[in-house]
Amino acid sequence: MTMQRIGRPTAPILGGGNAMETRSGSRGLQQREDLIFEIGSADKTGVDLPAPAGRKDRLGGVARKVDTGLPGLTEPEAVRHYMRLSQKNYAIDLGLFPLGSCTMKHNPRLNEKAARIPGFADIHPMQPQSTVQGALELIDELATWLTTLTGMPAVAMSPKAGAHGELCGMLAIREALIARGEADTRKRVLVPASAHGTNPATAIQCGFVVDEIKADARGRVDMEDLRGKLEDTHDVAGIMLTNPNTCGLFETDIRTIADLIHDAGGYFYCDGANFNAIVGRVRPGDLGVDAMHINLHKTFSTPHGGGGPGSGPTVLSEALAPYAPVPYVVNEGDGFRLIEEAEGEAAESFGRMVAFHGQMGMFVRALAYMLSHGADGLKQVAEDAVLNANYVQARLKDVMTPAFDGYCMHEALFSDAFTADGIETIDIAKALIDEGYHPMTMYFPLVVHGAMLIEPTETESKQELDRFCDALIGIAERAAEGDESLKGAPYLAPHSRLDETQAARKPILKWTPPAPAAIAAE
Amino acid sequence: MSTYYTEDHEWIAVDGDVGTVGITKYAAEQLGDVVFVEVPEGGATYAKGDDMAVVESVKAASDVYAPVTGDVIEGNGELADAPETVNEDPEGKGWFCKLKLSSACELTGLMDAEAYKAYCKEL
Repeated sequence: MTMQRIGRPTAPILGGGNAMETRSGSRGLQQREDLIFEIGSADKTGVDLPAPAGRKDRLGGVARKVDTGLPGLTEPEAVRHYMRLSQKNYAIDLGLFPLGSCTMKHNPRLNEKAARIPGFADIHPMQPQSTVQGALELIDELATWLTTLTGMPAVAMSPKAGAHGELCGMLAIREALIARGEADTRKRVLVPASAHGTNPATAIQCGFVVDEIKADARGRVDMEDLRGKLEDTHDVAGIMLTNPNTCGLFETDIRTIADLIHDAGGYFYCDGANFNAIVGRVRPGDLGVDAMHINLHKTFSTPHGGGGPGSGPTVLSEALAPYAPVPYVVNEGDGFRLIEEAEGEAAESFGRMVAFHGQMGMFVRALAYMLSHGADGLKQVAEDAVLNANYVQARLKDVMTPAFDGYCMHEALFSDAFTADGIETIDIAKALIDEGYHPMTMYFPLVVHGAMLIEPTETESKQELDRFCDALIGIAERAAEGDESLKGAPYLAPHSRLDETQAARKPILKWTPPAPAAIAAE
Repeated sequence: MSTYYTEDHEWIAVDGDVGTVGITKYAAEQLGDVVFVEVPEGGATYAKGDDMAVVESVKAASDVYAPVTGDVIEGNGELADAPETVNEDPEGKGWFCKLKLSSACELTGLMDAEAYKAYCKEL
């Protein structure tokens, strides 16, 4: 069987404690909130209108005969319900969000203002192209920024997430192999052990076979292992490599890796999820990359796609550009035109990935971000993101165990080696909630035991970073001493630690009304 | 009856030409609490090393490989409703399936209990 040794405990834990029980179930101003089905009832409504006089049933006897069971709430009850729920949420607008690999940076309000301009927000993808020339120009302008920043000749704008961009790049590689007449023999895609899980999933989705490359002691691609896997080149389709990688480290051998793959007759897919660390400093085209997706919703703000969908434009090299998906925008000098069919000038395209033209709202936000930062500002974004991560690493390295020696890029990675027996990464993560922070990414990447991955992004000031580090240092010291109380954290959250095992084994997915007898007894 | 072990932490207890397959105690401990198991159904045929079953814990989903080539006689249907059996008794009631072995000589490539114990110590 495949074996994961990430060391995450999942057994039911010690019961976390309420610091103080209250009769209302609220904790101070953090109010208890029941399910909407529990607070609503059929005899309440937020809309109090008289029944229309003389109304006739025109449903011909097919009207519903039993009650829908939908809860009715008065307007203030409905407003309060959702306000209370929203207050239980943690958001980048509330505080530092150290979730490594997610690039939870501030979303400038200017982006939102631009995205709400009616000419962008209220258009329809099926409008005549002559009426949406401004939107098409924006897509073309953004494409120019992306090809310039990456040093690549072409970009497919339509993919709607990072993983979707990966799919785009790998489909382009497959199409190129079909054109070479080698699609049936070149099936093997090399993927490092530290890769995002979406990389091998994408390769398999495209019909390739995944061959895992080991990491070396420096957290980077083990070159000896790679060379061994390339001794036989006849079945090599390509490599999928993240740079900087998921350990937050720059793959220093990347040029050699690109040459080795190209010499083997394969293509180089670069996962651009961590482009934030190098934007304005490094052009992936100069590194020999054939395809790379860019998470517009990470590098160019609006983390997590603002709730989704995201946007994952994929830049392509000369070798792969002819196979780019439709639709795409062409600038004809006196106007812009959408190429919508894989025929004529787009005859080699591998086809269409999405119904329409991409995630317009994210395009507007990304271009607003680029234009407001400028080329020099984007370069500073990368520099500040890397500086902040290294500041966090430097402050924590004496109490926690950095996974690898040396400077990191945009995220700092620690193992659980510093904790006393019995204290696990999850206990540290849960204790961060009591300190008012969203936990860091934990147990990923899999190559590090009990991994804790912290990405502060360029958003945070030194003052905020210090506050976060002080809190985490306190927890780490308790973890090193073996403070058992950590096993019960969080103590101050609306709910203390949940039993993940029971939640997975016996999930309660549906609310069931209490039995009538129970209602009568109340 | 003798029991053999793979480097991928499956066990197979062989009686005549029928082998009972499961995952080892070491594997079950590493997985943590198992929450879902998908076992093969009778009639399926697997080559040695094929993905044969899926086991999911709270922290990871893993493929279970066929330790030898063979036809499935029967899957342990009880695991669907009681996945915790894999944790409670991995090398007993937590068996995954019974295989009719195609070639008993494949067993020679596997470890015995002592060799497997030594192998786990190295990990």
